[in-house]
Amino acid sequence: MSAPLLELREITVSFDGFLALRDLNLSLQPGELRAVIGPNGAGKTTFLDVITGKTAPTEGDVLFQGRSLVGRAEHRIARLGIGRKFQSPRVFEKLSVQENLALAVSRPKQPWPLLFGRLGGQERERVHHLMGIVNLQSRADWEAGALSHGQKQWLEIAMLVGQDPDLLLVDEPVAGLTDEETDLTADLLKSLAGDHTVLVIEHDMEFIRRLESPVTVLHQGHVLCEGTMDQVQADPRVIEVYLGTSEEEQS
Amino acid sequence: MFQRFQQSRWPQLLVWVLIIAAIVAAPAVLPVFRLNLLGRFLSLAIVALGIDLIWGFTGLLSLGQGIFFALGGYAAAMYLQLNSSSGFPNGIPEFFGLYGVKQLPAFWQPFHSPLFTLVAIWLIPAVLAAVLGNLVFRNRIKGVYFSILTQAALLVFFNFFNGQQKLINGTNGLKTDVTQLFGQMVGSPEMQRGFFWFTALMVIAAWVFVRWVVRGRFGDVLIAIRDDEPRLRFAGFNPTLFKTIVFAIAGGLAGIGGALYTVQSGIVSPQYMTVPFSIEMVIWVAVGGRGTLVGAILGAVAINYAKSLVSEAMPQSWLFIQGGLFILVVTALPEGVIGWWRSDGPRNLLTRLGITRRIGTYPQLELDGQEEVQP
Amino acid sequence: MQLLFESLFNGVAIGSVLLMAALGLAIVFGLMGVINLAHGELIMLGAYTTYVVQLIFKLPAFEPVYNLYVLVAIPLAFVVSGVVGILLERTVIRRLYGNPLETLLATWGVSLILQQFVRSVPLATAAGLVLALVVGFSLPLVLPASLLEGPRARLVRAGCWATSALSGVLLAGGLASQISRIARATSRNVDVTAPRWMRGGLEWADLTLPVPRLVIIVMTIVSVLGVTLFLNRSVWGTRIRAVTQNRSMSDCLGIPTDTVDVLTFGIGSGLAGIAGVAVSLLGSVGPNVGGSYIVGCFMVVVLGGVGNLFGAVLASFAIGWLTDLIGAGRLLTLWPAMPPPLAATVQFFATTSMAQVMVFALIVLFLQFRPAGLFPQKGRMVEV
Ligand SMILES: Nc1ncnc2c1ncn2[C@@H]1O[C@H](COP(=O)(O)OP(=O)(O)OP(=O)(O)O)[C@@H](O)[C@H]1O
Ligand SMILES: [Mg+2]
Repeated sequence: MSAPLLELREITVSFDGFLALRDLNLSLQPGELRAVIGPNGAGKTTFLDVITGKTAPTEGDVLFQGRSLVGRAEHRIARLGIGRKFQSPRVFEKLSVQENLALAVSRPKQPWPLLFGRLGGQERERVHHLMGIVNLQSRADWEAGALSHGQKQWLEIAMLVGQDPDLLLVDEPVAGLTDEETDLTADLLKSLAGDHTVLVIEHDMEFIRRLESPVTVLHQGHVLCEGTMDQVQADPRVIEVYLGTSEEEQS
Repeated sequence: MFQRFQQSRWPQLLVWVLIIAAIVAAPAVLPVFRLNLLGRFLSLAIVALGIDLIWGFTGLLSLGQGIFFALGGYAAAMYLQLNSSSGFPNGIPEFFGLYGVKQLPAFWQPFHSPLFTLVAIWLIPAVLAAVLGNLVFRNRIKGVYFSILTQAALLVFFNFFNGQQKLINGTNGLKTDVTQLFGQMVGSPEMQRGFFWFTALMVIAAWVFVRWVVRGRFGDVLIAIRDDEPRLRFAGFNPTLFKTIVFAIAGGLAGIGGALYTVQSGIVSPQYMTVPFSIEMVIWVAVGGRGTLVGAILGAVAINYAKSLVSEAMPQSWLFIQGGLFILVVTALPEGVIGWWRSDGPRNLLTRLGITRRIGTYPQLELDGQEEVQP
Repeated sequence: MQLLFESLFNGVAIGSVLLMAALGLAIVFGLMGVINLAHGELIMLGAYTTYVVQLIFKLPAFEPVYNLYVLVAIPLAFVVSGVVGILLERTVIRRLYGNPLETLLATWGVSLILQQFVRSVPLATAAGLVLALVVGFSLPLVLPASLLEGPRARLVRAGCWATSALSGVLLAGGLASQISRIARATSRNVDVTAPRWMRGGLEWADLTLPVPRLVIIVMTIVSVLGVTLFLNRSVWGTRIRAVTQNRSMSDCLGIPTDTVDVLTFGIGSGLAGIAGVAVSLLGSVGPNVGGSYIVGCFMVVVLGGVGNLFGAVLASFAIGWLTDLIGAGRLLTLWPAMPPPLAATVQFFATTSMAQVMVFALIVLFLQFRPAGLFPQKGRMVEV
């Protein structure tokens, strides 16, 4: 087994005493596709916040390619090769679809090259290719703010892919998408795995099943269990968590 | 038909032709006094372009541009004063004598050099803006907090310049109209005409420069900062750096505008750093239309012209008009005049006045005419 | 020791004016997220109210109770500024909720108009106008609802406004005929003379404590306590806090958010009026008096942390004390043997305006370590 791409060690996040994450351990192999599920408030988004530098862990360490991420600024972590899609789609509303994607695929992120350089032919091609994938060519010059919710979701996924990170963190990508688009998204993510490492958070179990990937269940800031979808669904603890626990067991 | 007119490029071209024609014709038709006023307003337009860059595009509302404006003015005035002070006691500017200062303060020394001054006019404000801006931006202080802090900084600089008689003549400021440049009086009509031409050229240069900055991906990043700054970080960009750069650019432009304004008004004083003046600058851009650049120029010139006309006729009513303008623009014309023109404003107005017919179809269809809507 | 007390007292005195002025702003900004640049002008209105009240109490009829005019001025100033604030909220600010930068610009426009208003409108007329507004706003609240909804509702409403207009005209006319000084517009500064019991100072352990300062300190303490109790204990206080935290949810729960907005803004503005009374006791009153306080008020809010009254209290006293410490060159008195370069620096900053320069620098330095002020807001909403 090779060295893990991402490793969370004993991560604890406390918001004024409330533990959103407790001693969380998790590691991802390069090229892996992993699904994370868990009830509302389990700490899934917080866990992405910790990786991407939005929230500093109270305790513990995050290693990416052997380097610690704790204390680094968000943009530096992103430049190391970690991309993220937010739970509610966040695109740049006053930029056109094309410009949104151009920013994402743009290699230089520093002011000077952006000021003096122009968008290369290769990059422009990538933008068009991405628009093709998410079916937004006809909207290329639309302001992103005018897109529908689902289109924004897809635009953000396309931006994430365009950023070409080693690790893709995808928070609820199919919320608000039709069944057909959900399947397309699942296929897209599956095709990315291998070259990239992908971590998907989702509540849609059909979608997760379609990913055919190992599943991690998060509950109250802790990993409850890991395994294939079938194993996880058969686990009595998971059933308990999703279908309600009896009072005395909630400690 | 009107819509065709509105969407085609030539209204914008027309605006430019008009602007250039006005600039070219002005020296011939305007008396020197009016020409001088126009020259001053054009220098203010340079400041407004900077504000449009940081506020219109990047979303940073600075209420302290007066700092940089005045610094540029002081730099120019210090050089001019030194250049014409050989006849005074100790060979230093006359006002020092009033406070018993015999030796030139050290920070005046470099302003003997014209080259240094030419650089200092924009570099000092730009560097100061970069430093102040960075202190604020790197702590992720933004929105109204940034505005408040810039306003406080303005007050601080005002207090400082206002109180230091022995260093820079305090509240009296530095006069430039009786100083010499190229062996001529700065306040003379010939010089003033020259300054007018130079200012007009600088406005166009500044416009070209800012336009170059906001076009392309750099400009897209600025708009992205305005839309959702935290999100941009996760795409690998460092907003702090971009914001610092544009704030410095705006500071530099304000400095240039301040220097040109100073030589044309004949004085620089702490009055340039008062709180109301800096807020006024913002409203020029708001009225013209933020994020449009041309709007900033038009707004600065038009409002100042209106101000001078109204103040000549009915001095007390200007504050009422200005106050009303603030409220009106913000509540009724948030995109400013140019923005209103580019959107459906004129057509709606014509419709309301009964001049054109209301559109019978869904406006959506009309707008997307050429676009095929595909699933 | 004595030096320390003197410095502390001065600091508290400066700080309490600042706090008084900032209190309303802290509420409006902290709870509603509204930047009100016209806050200074609301203070100015309070100060002018004091001036008018004082002149009224000089009339023969009120002469015997002249010394009590301050006690009357305080509630009146609250009402005057409060009503103008409510008018402002109803007409302008309401359209701009959620756009802080736009609000900032619009309220600046309002402040210009108010400044010019007191310059070009006689105070007597202004008083009449305010009375008309008060009557116009409050009559519909006082009258039984059946009258307002009945078949003659239109008539009743017209009657209300007629009454208010009439009362305003009567007041304006009456004041103008009785007190010539406010019958004509003037842009000159006016002076409020303190009643006799407020002149001079209180001797205490080698110190002379000026009575007006003490009165202001007491006013400030009472106001802060009152506001805290109101927000934390009363029903409306709870509603205000609910609306602040989640407007749409509060709407669903049946909280009248509109009324809450008016109430919050009215109270914040009214407090500015009380601050105006304090300001008028310290110096002359002019159209620009508000502008000199506004930046200081914002500094208090930024330093204290938004939405935190205790932070505002601490921040204003810290700023007040620092201003005194630096502005009076106290370090030099404390340590006369200071090395010359240091002494020169201290001397350089030992004026009120230079002290402001220094205090601002210190605040910016402080924000480097705590960008969100002394008591930052917490939770997920802070950075979206
Ligand atoms: N900044 C914060 N301050 C205080 N509490 C927070 C903060 N951020 C998250 N929390 C709390 O941490 C817990 C975990 O939140 P998180 O958003 O990670 O859940 P989630 O698993 O993503 O839920 P969902 O499935 O609904 O998206 C929640 O109880 C939330 O209230
Ligand atoms: Mg979540």
